[in-house]
Amino acid sequence: MTSWTEGRRPITIAILAMGGEGGGVLADWIVAVGQGAGFFAQTTSVAGVAQRTGATVYYVELYPAGEGGGVRAEPVLSLFPTPGEVDVVIASELMEAGRAVQRGFTTPDRTTLIASTNRVYSMDEKLALGDGRVDSAGLLDAARLGSKRLVAADFNALARQAGSVISASLFGALAGCGVVPVERSRFEDAIRAAGKGVEASLRAFAAGYDAAQEPVPTPAPAPAPGPGAVPITLLTRRPVDPEEAAAQSEEQRRREVAESDPESLVGPALRGRVQRVVADFPASARDMLLQGIVRTAVYQDTAYTDRYLDRVARVVPLDPEDAAGLVTETARHAALWMTYQDTIHVAHQKIRRRRLAGVRAEAGAEDDTQLVDVKEYLHPQVEEITDTLPTALGRRLAASKGFAKVVGKVTRDGIVVNTTGIVGYSMLWTMAHGRPLRPRSLRFGREQEAIDAWLDHAVRLGATDPALAREVVECQRVLKGYGATHEHGRESFALLMEAVDAFTGSDDDAARLARLRTAALADEDGATLRAALGQRAVAAVRSVG
Amino acid sequence: MAERSFAHEVTKLRDGAGTTFSGEGILAVTKALLQSGVAYVGGYQGAPISHLMDVLGDSHEILEELGVYFENSASEATAAAMLAASVNYPLRGAITFKSTVGTNVAADALANLSSGGVTGGALVIVGEDYGEGSSIMQERSHAFAMKSQMWLLDPRPNIGAIVDAVEAGFELSEASSTPVMLQLRLRSCHLYGSFEAKDNVRPPMTVTDAIENPKRQLDRIVLPPASFLHEKEKIEDRWPAAVEFIKARGLNEVLGADTADVGIIVQGGVYNTLNRSMELLGCSDAFGNTQVPVYVMNVTYPVVDSEIVDFCAGKRAVLLVEEGQPDYIEQNLNTILRRAGSPVALHGKDLLPVAGEYTTAAVTRGVDAFLTKYLPEVKKTEPALLKPAEDPGSPFAPRVDPQVVKARPPGLCTGCPERPIFSALKLAEKEIGKEHHVSADIGCHLFAINEPFNLGATTMGYGLGSAGAAALNSKDADRRTIAVMGDGGFWHNGLTSGVGNAVFNNNDQLLLVVDNAYSAATGGQDVLSSKADNALRSTKHPIEKAVRGIGVEWVRSVTDTYRIGELRDLLVEALTTKERGPKVVVATSECQLNKDRREKPLRAKAVKEGKRVVKERFGVDAETCTGDHACIRVSGCPSLTIKANPDPMRQDPVATVIDSCVGCGVCGANAHAASLCPSFYRTDLVHNPTRKDRVLARARKTWTSALSTGVEKRASRYEAVTA
Repeated sequence: MTSWTEGRRPITIAILAMGGEGGGVLADWIVAVGQGAGFFAQTTSVAGVAQRTGATVYYVELYPAGEGGGVRAEPVLSLFPTPGEVDVVIASELMEAGRAVQRGFTTPDRTTLIASTNRVYSMDEKLALGDGRVDSAGLLDAARLGSKRLVAADFNALARQAGSVISASLFGALAGCGVVPVERSRFEDAIRAAGKGVEASLRAFAAGYDAAQEPVPTPAPAPAPGPGAVPITLLTRRPVDPEEAAAQSEEQRRREVAESDPESLVGPALRGRVQRVVADFPASARDMLLQGIVRTAVYQDTAYTDRYLDRVARVVPLDPEDAAGLVTETARHAALWMTYQDTIHVAHQKIRRRRLAGVRAEAGAEDDTQLVDVKEYLHPQVEEITDTLPTALGRRLAASKGFAKVVGKVTRDGIVVNTTGIVGYSMLWTMAHGRPLRPRSLRFGREQEAIDAWLDHAVRLGATDPALAREVVECQRVLKGYGATHEHGRESFALLMEAVDAFTGSDDDAARLARLRTAALADEDGATLRAALGQRAVAAVRSVG
Repeated sequence: MAERSFAHEVTKLRDGAGTTFSGEGILAVTKALLQSGVAYVGGYQGAPISHLMDVLGDSHEILEELGVYFENSASEATAAAMLAASVNYPLRGAITFKSTVGTNVAADALANLSSGGVTGGALVIVGEDYGEGSSIMQERSHAFAMKSQMWLLDPRPNIGAIVDAVEAGFELSEASSTPVMLQLRLRSCHLYGSFEAKDNVRPPMTVTDAIENPKRQLDRIVLPPASFLHEKEKIEDRWPAAVEFIKARGLNEVLGADTADVGIIVQGGVYNTLNRSMELLGCSDAFGNTQVPVYVMNVTYPVVDSEIVDFCAGKRAVLLVEEGQPDYIEQNLNTILRRAGSPVALHGKDLLPVAGEYTTAAVTRGVDAFLTKYLPEVKKTEPALLKPAEDPGSPFAPRVDPQVVKARPPGLCTGCPERPIFSALKLAEKEIGKEHHVSADIGCHLFAINEPFNLGATTMGYGLGSAGAAALNSKDADRRTIAVMGDGGFWHNGLTSGVGNAVFNNNDQLLLVVDNAYSAATGGQDVLSSKADNALRSTKHPIEKAVRGIGVEWVRSVTDTYRIGELRDLLVEALTTKERGPKVVVATSECQLNKDRREKPLRAKAVKEGKRVVKERFGVDAETCTGDHACIRVSGCPSLTIKANPDPMRQDPVATVIDSCVGCGVCGANAHAASLCPSFYRTDLVHNPTRKDRVLARARKTWTSALSTGVEKRASRYEAVTA
């Protein structure tokens, strides 16, 4: 009587969702479908406190009708999904699909895994100072490895397009995957019977149903090492984020245009500089340089752009073919540093038309006519104001207690500026027009000095170790944020430069610096970096002793 | 009003004989209570039985029709004391709460109740919060049954069986003059299934009848010499009566008797899991046709000695499947079998996990080990989960890098008014330049112990946040301690155990009372200080008034926790003022989940009716955001997340606000109070603008497009024309 292995078993369905995603509604719909089709249906969950944004599991068993008898009149069903014995796993998010694989709920011999490929980032991923996101391609690979059949699509986007929520599109995918042998109309009846937002839910259901018929997206091959001149394949580390995929294809397009028609990527006033970029720099850095010249020119003027190109030109002899990526990365980071976020620049960014159009779209404005007010939450601080003033005045005011007191009083609780209003817009417009003052400002002088010192560092080390020079250049990445965060970034940067100076010229210097930079981005109080530096010191002592 | 409304489901409670009742476990329990002629019901909410309280609240009309009294008890102790009504009167009473935390609170009353015994059936329905999904310390309710001598029912997870257990529980209680505990495991409470309904029964005696005919029996009151009499009665009268009833009614079951000379004994609540394990091993089927004798203990206390001895007679070995620790039943069985001189080998926690939830995987491994030793021929199949993890066929074979699957603990919801409180507390600490000992409490606010706030050192129980910091009170210290308490915990006992204690002992602590107008963590039930009108209960009693009434001098109430700057300043004052004695800050803002549920339909209606409605949400400028995520580190809001940087020159993801944003204002307030970046903006989307709105908008548009023309013209000299 080996009934289980002979197939006398329920259809088992586990739903992994986060609190508030409608996992319970989905389970109830499945029960309704099952009961309507004559199955004996049971569902349970451990919602509890997990319903507050935490990960949770709902579990359904459907036992076919017309069987049975014996000790119990009704089938005895389980309250737990059993690893290795689950027919369908529905994961509302890609990391939850990974969790289903990890817990053994979805297995290659049995399970149809319906996974939504959208990401809801975990707190750990969001907190990092840099990029803490886990590799989605890795999760998708795990989903593929851990399932007999994978139905993967962005069910969240499908539901949103239909004006509904993810439970409806996932329900559609369950109907579409065919594991529950019940006709489509019965699934739709369950939605109708529930009676809430029926039309939108049915649209999302249909989209999910169709998605279950599509082949699964294949992850792109791993990126080739080094920056190729014109990449042939699309290099996608996270192939499943549609926005990012679009950005990547745009980048690809830009790279191709940079090759064929570089002048079309800049405005008329920069055409002359394009000639210089083409003539004096390796081709693989061209796209980055073109972006850099636009950025620096908009930020200040064409003379500033020339200064930018002069700076990047310093590293070209060290890596003439850009084999180590030194030129590309210098082109990137020099531009970013040179266009540091000061008050003038921020004001300029806030009043650009394309920015306001984007904000309107995000707010859900139906057309050009719907009214949307945009209110900025600003908190200008004393240094940010004195930094923008001419050096002498700025220095004097920065030292003045009276000035600090006045500014502190006005801005202590922050200010809200209505960019869509006449006063607010005019104020930001006036600030943005402070551009001519910038080269004479306190911060400008300080930043230019620091940039040159940083490049000196890179050039000195690049003569023998271009890879290390590139790492030095990339240390600009820790200079981010405003106020206290930026202050911390500057401290980390100084520590990294100090550490480089203590390097003794071994082969793994570049890797060591990369590790230290990661440590600098690990937290905000610098503990990880200090620990990493301490360990290094200890290791150095050991190797000497 | 509770988070989930059962207004629709409770109509099923009127169904009578001949109908099939389908629903969640707790709904079935309510129906069973009504079928049993219950006279009064009380309890305190908490997962997994919160919904039982909500169902009862939503079914007040039906209860009133039947003459059943229902109250939302102030605490589990209150609920347990309520059962005193069944001591002198033949009234059936039922109470419910989360266990073991609720049972801990109720223990005093339960012990007194059990000592004197009951006349009317007294049923204590405990939601056993053990295993996956639990939010409390891992303990067993079993201990309470043993120490106070209450009978413990642990029915198998089947809606019909649970309903039967409710009805049998009242009868057992009356037959043995002993209160009965009905244990429902977490998953059983949320179990969906069906049973054949019976008619509801109006209680033969109602509480009104009892009030009008007062009775007392001196020997039922717990005071010597009666208390010594009670102890004797427990053993000599009540225990044998209970055993007699259990046997006569066949509450425990023997399945597959004589199929083999080994057997398995299992708690009723674990029966389904055991049967599934046996199915996987090929020795049972979906209808319980087992090839190994099984004794199902639907009553786990008292253990019926004679049934155990009978079941073990003639068997070589028996496996006991008992979830949780200590192994009370195993010890008990050993005593019984040894006294009876039985030669049977008893296995249990030597083959099964000593602690933790008995999942199918855990039970299957244990049963497999037992059968391999004693009856290998009965095992026809081997499920994949028994394979070692190294085997590629194992469900646990590594297929995903553990690094990419991050923990996802519960946290504060989008728009939660408690988030700005903890942001303000972080900022206050930063301003003072000192870290503090923070004593946490039970409730949503306990999520502050996790990222990104990392506030809170201990939690000692519901309402005990203040008491948890009692010892850390020193005149010589250079700072004071901070205690947190929710409004739920405050009214549960915190007013006396915490605030009163701090007043009496001149404690110098800062007590932060988080008042979100509901007992929010348990599902949004009303409490005394709730702002909403409640037809059944008396609400709107301000916490500040109670705090002042008990003798606190320094009290400040904040009515808008989203004003982070002001709250920060207030907390700084509370932490630095020279005034001695407890400093109490009552931070009030309505739970966003409940508020949204209340307001969303009203807003939609107003838009439809053509009224001017402004929809607010926040956003982050990807251009000015430098991807440092400082904003996330002071907030942790689910709607404030990250996305790929749209700027191809920059690599780190930028912060972004997703559509679930409810525009609570925390982002903006944090940007101000924490001096964050200039990237945050608020959009006010105006539905049905007025004439004035439109005129103003036209003027603004003319002005801004005039000014922006020059800006765009200059930029176009450098930027390519984008497609």
